Amino acid sequence: MMTSHPLIRMLDRGSTLFLILLGAFAIAVPVLNLLVPAGSSLHVTTYYVALFGKYICYGLLALSIDLIWGYVGILSLGHGAFFALGGYAMGMYLMRQIGTRGVYANPILPDFMVFLNWKELPIFWYGFNHFAYAMLMVLLVPGLLAFVFGWFAFRSRVTGVYLSIITQAMTYALLLGFFRNNFGFGGNNGLTDFKDILGFNVQAEGTRNALLVMSCLMLAICFLVCRAIVTSKLGKVLIGIRDAESRTRFLGYRVESYKLFVFTVSACMAGIAGALYVPQVGIINPGEFAPANSIEAVIWVAVGGRGTLTGAVLGALVVNYAKTFFTSGFLAPYWLFMLGALFIGTTLLMPRGIIGTYNNWRSGQRDKSEAAASAAAEDGEIVDPPQPAPQPSAAE
Amino acid sequence: MYKTLHTAARRPVARKWLAAAAGLVMAATGAMQPAKAADTIKVGILHSLSGTMAISETTLKDVMLMLIDEQNKKGGLLGKKLEAVVVDPASNWPLFAEKARELISKDKVSVVFGCWTSVSRKSVLPVFKELNSILFYPVQFEGEEGERNVFYTGAAPNQQAIPAVDYLMSKDGGSVKRWVLEGTDYVYPRTTNKILEAYLKSKGVKAEDIMINYTPFGFSDWQTEVSKIKAFGSAGKKTAVVSTVNGDANVPFYKELGNQGIKATDIPVMAFSVGEEELAGLDTKPLVGHLAAWNYFESVKNKDNTAFINKWHEFTKKPKRTTNDPMEAHYIGFNMWVKAVEKAKSTDPDKVIAALPGIKQANLTGGISEMLPNHYITKPVLIGEVRADGQFDVVWKTKGLVKGDAWSNYLPGSKDLVADWVKLKCGNYNTVTKKCGSGS
Amino acid sequence: MALTVVFGMLAGAVNAAHAGPYEDALAGFTTDDFSDTANAVDAVVASGSPLAGTVIQALHDGNLLFSATAKKVYIKKDSGEVLDAETGKPIAGTPPDDTDNVRLNNRLRNIVDSAIGALTLMAPDADKRYDAAQSVFKSRPESARPALEKAIAAEKVARVKTAMQQARAALILSASDTSAADKVAAIAVISERGDQDSLGLLDSMSQGQPPEVAQAVTAAKAKINRTLAIWNTVQNLWYGLSLGSVLLLAAIGLAITFGVMGVINMAHGEMVMIGAYVTFVVQEVIRQRYPGLFDYSLTIALPLAFVVAALVGIVIERTVIRFLYGRPLETLLATWGISLVLQQAVRSIFGPTNKEVGNPSWMSGAFDLGGITITYNRMWIIVFTGIVFVALLAMLRFTRLGLEMRAVTQNRRMAAAVGIRTARIDALTFGLGSGIAGIAGVALSQIDNVSPNLGQGYIIDSFMVVVFGGVGNLWGTLVGALTLGIANKFLEPFAGAVLGKIAILVFIILFIQKRPRGMFALKGRAIEA
Repeated sequence: MMTSHPLIRMLDRGSTLFLILLGAFAIAVPVLNLLVPAGSSLHVTTYYVALFGKYICYGLLALSIDLIWGYVGILSLGHGAFFALGGYAMGMYLMRQIGTRGVYANPILPDFMVFLNWKELPIFWYGFNHFAYAMLMVLLVPGLLAFVFGWFAFRSRVTGVYLSIITQAMTYALLLGFFRNNFGFGGNNGLTDFKDILGFNVQAEGTRNALLVMSCLMLAICFLVCRAIVTSKLGKVLIGIRDAESRTRFLGYRVESYKLFVFTVSACMAGIAGALYVPQVGIINPGEFAPANSIEAVIWVAVGGRGTLTGAVLGALVVNYAKTFFTSGFLAPYWLFMLGALFIGTTLLMPRGIIGTYNNWRSGQRDKSEAAASAAAEDGEIVDPPQPAPQPSAAE
Repeated sequence: MYKTLHTAARRPVARKWLAAAAGLVMAATGAMQPAKAADTIKVGILHSLSGTMAISETTLKDVMLMLIDEQNKKGGLLGKKLEAVVVDPASNWPLFAEKARELISKDKVSVVFGCWTSVSRKSVLPVFKELNSILFYPVQFEGEEGERNVFYTGAAPNQQAIPAVDYLMSKDGGSVKRWVLEGTDYVYPRTTNKILEAYLKSKGVKAEDIMINYTPFGFSDWQTEVSKIKAFGSAGKKTAVVSTVNGDANVPFYKELGNQGIKATDIPVMAFSVGEEELAGLDTKPLVGHLAAWNYFESVKNKDNTAFINKWHEFTKKPKRTTNDPMEAHYIGFNMWVKAVEKAKSTDPDKVIAALPGIKQANLTGGISEMLPNHYITKPVLIGEVRADGQFDVVWKTKGLVKGDAWSNYLPGSKDLVADWVKLKCGNYNTVTKKCGSGS
Repeated sequence: MALTVVFGMLAGAVNAAHAGPYEDALAGFTTDDFSDTANAVDAVVASGSPLAGTVIQALHDGNLLFSATAKKVYIKKDSGEVLDAETGKPIAGTPPDDTDNVRLNNRLRNIVDSAIGALTLMAPDADKRYDAAQSVFKSRPESARPALEKAIAAEKVARVKTAMQQARAALILSASDTSAADKVAAIAVISERGDQDSLGLLDSMSQGQPPEVAQAVTAAKAKINRTLAIWNTVQNLWYGLSLGSVLLLAAIGLAITFGVMGVINMAHGEMVMIGAYVTFVVQEVIRQRYPGLFDYSLTIALPLAFVVAALVGIVIERTVIRFLYGRPLETLLATWGISLVLQQAVRSIFGPTNKEVGNPSWMSGAFDLGGITITYNRMWIIVFTGIVFVALLAMLRFTRLGLEMRAVTQNRRMAAAVGIRTARIDALTFGLGSGIAGIAGVALSQIDNVSPNLGQGYIIDSFMVVVFGGVGNLWGTLVGALTLGIANKFLEPFAGAVLGKIAILVFIILFIQKRPRGMFALKGRAIEA
């Protein structure tokens, strides 16, 4: 592992630190939860295991958004759709695992179908009783949708705000579709009341910890994939596309192929995040497709630092922790004020996010002390706003 | 960079990071621990205070605070004060699950009153089962559920929909022969309409005399739908609309009805989700005579209800604020829980769950509601006509109280199922196979 | 039966001296029981008392009071005077404490309506007679036949006479003992009427008619169905136009800001909401202080809504958006944040529940135009949208500000180079766009909820209109809004509301691939920057 040259190039200080922290976290939480006795002050309750598991999934979603927004400049306001599709694929597997333990005890049909008086399993539900098939779908369905969507959108050179709006239209259309009861995905209630995953009870503490570790592992793997992409030559081209798409095209790069590739990879990651999210939260329903959710996910990235992969994950953790904190107690009705202020404050005052600002400050310090001045842009981090200053208008 | 990786792996630095991570976890969890107040019984309130559902749920939070306040003035419970723990699930379903978990395992509440939409209840269900706590659910819903940890104080379909249709078929209701079942496309209207369709057919209504229509959430352009209803209703037979249209979509629906001149005397609309609170956002003059079926109306005149309304006005300091059916459900549910805790002399969930069935509590419409073994309650069914002042005039009432049915007899999948947590200890006992669920 | 008695009673002056049946009948009103009330209505009418008409009318208007303890019935006059129903004379003092209205339910309302409806067949007012004829057509009480015949003979107004003849035809068709020839003649009259009710009437004719009648029914039904199909298309067009105008109103402000500044304002929907809440506040003030002005409430609210929303818009532009120029995606996020804050702020100030915004009288109700029903509020919104559109077009074309706005839209740097203060134009444009959203809110308050969620319902649709229509050109927005509105309404009847909407969204996504800058894209060098 240590000898392969590209691998080492991808791991700069920040990334290594991130991976070590993530690994430590993945070990510490289960240990503190399972091995430390409940009475001890070091004990982490299962509540936090479930909570952290959820945060990690959000972190993975943020990572996938950062890959396309931070490095290619594609602002997707519909990434929640890929997340939800991955979640539904996992949810369908979990539904099939319930078997006769559903309230109507139907061995094949999920409860909501019995409820709607359906006689047979729809064709698109076939195969989901196999874990491997379901996992394939977790990748394939969001990936395929992204591929088809991107194929059309990037080839016709739909960019900027227009692209953002049609991604929003996409997730909105899916939202309306999944709300429909006769669509075959449980309508508004979605899929819930899961029992087992791979034979383990989803509510058992051991399973919860395993899912948390699994989420951390997937986050680490996806993080490495993202690092590999952005530190490779491909990554340099991507940053070129972000900062000056036409020029990159004139240099002879097939811009749309690059975009399509990264967009699809990103959608698959979002799908994985969704798939891990569902067993930990215990429900998947069309609410996940709501455009507002996708936009909220974008702000995680902005808070943490767009164009810094660690920042995206950090942003997701910070904002969601804040959400948990501000929706309890006397602060309860003010969460939306907080969230709104976060949107405005980040874009106005801290456009580079936490990590970006920190890096900037660090490089400033180093400049002063005549140390290495090169570190600033090593991440492909956005040092200046990418667009040429005041030239918005219809062009954008 | 090579060095960084190297050192991290080899030196005790790694251990330091591990410790740091553990510290971070502790800090994160620690910051969320609230100050412990030892001698109180905590009551969780899980209603959205922001987002789209705040429109309905904020009122329920307020009524819970009032009930708890009042109980404390009476000296609390088991010699302890009650303490309300309010959280805001922000109309976000996964957040409901998270907040439920927080209330039960972190705040250690003894009971939770909450949820409005079916999906929010469904998303917290696994949490209540896993952590074995108690949820009181106050809204009319589709039934088809019999959970040990949930007590359903809202109406099941047989406590609202079926009596309402019976009324419309009666001479007083206008001897309706033709039916439009209009609903928002989600589980509650779908199920209710399935049940009603089966029920109507069993009463000899032909398929061509039933029209079923669904619209999306927050639907606002009702022109086409209303003209469809108008066309359907001009076939020479008395027609009525049974509406399970949800929340926000109702105002434009009624405005369009009023404007297209559909009067209650021509085609009455019987609504299951329109109460005093929804009417407050409407000019009700063109709607006089349209109907709603509930288990409670603010306009019901008796001593308990007047006292309740006065207390409500006093507590909220708004002398015009309306009361509605889910509020009464919380009133009944909360008082039943108090009595059960007193009976069990403990707030232990298992003891309280065992104590609850059989508890009786006067409702606000002049009857005594009882918690049934299936965790539903008995309720009267009232039909109200909209008045010009935004209130309802009760025009019909069931003779006695109706028992809530967990599983509808009109759905093929559930007609053999019963819930009984006292004798059978089962939420979905199959009376044909004589087994609980799949028999496991 | 009751009706004929009423006529008899009205035709001949009856002596009021006989006491007994009338007083007994009145007692039926004091039990607060619907069946007793129904019997009392019949009995009062049958009693032939000269006060019967007044009592029934008072019951209809909700002015009939009763006291259960005193066993008395009273009639409340609009002047506040209370009459004793037995004598028709004002009572001394006040009625007992437990006095309450005699309640009605729908069945009783129908009984009372048809009594009063049939009474008005001979009313002096032509419109009332027309309504009465229509009510007879719908309820078809056989007993009304003689009165109807008499009314037809006396009728002078052609429109009313036709309605009465149709009502008579309906009576003939529903009667059991009419000859086949009469029926065929009646069917001809009904088929002339040709609306949904006529079709319903023909549908409800029982089986086993003589062959010539059955034939006539089939032919008439086919004819009516043809007419209805045409009207149906017209109706869909109208509904589409109406939906399109709502979309246009909501989107047009967005189109201007997007065109000039290149920023998507996610808080645009909240500007609409603010406009609606301004309407609410104006109406509240009017209700409490100057109830007589209610019909003018919208006229007062319009300029206020424009000013309030425009000011909020300018504040947003000056404090947030101007720092984000050149970064359209960040603007999008920041304005989304603003929209969340505004929503929750309105929720905190006004409460989360819907607010009642009434329709002024000129915006209530509907009229029939041929085979379709046109509601006044929809019609006025279409007219209003047209006015706003034309005004905006004129402003852009003929004013200095308009000229400068167009210049900035086409080429910002060139415009700046020739001395246009682009920052000022930006602020004014944003204010104008928000102001228009504000007045859109006034219009939408008439057909939708006034709640903190109001804006969210329209924001995605407005985006679709803007990207579909293309920027920098108001005509694009107009065509975009109307196309989407009409397409939606033609899809809705057979695809259903949800699938129709999904189809439209997919169509737009595909359309954008074909024309990434919308239908009416600006052309020129500035675009390819």
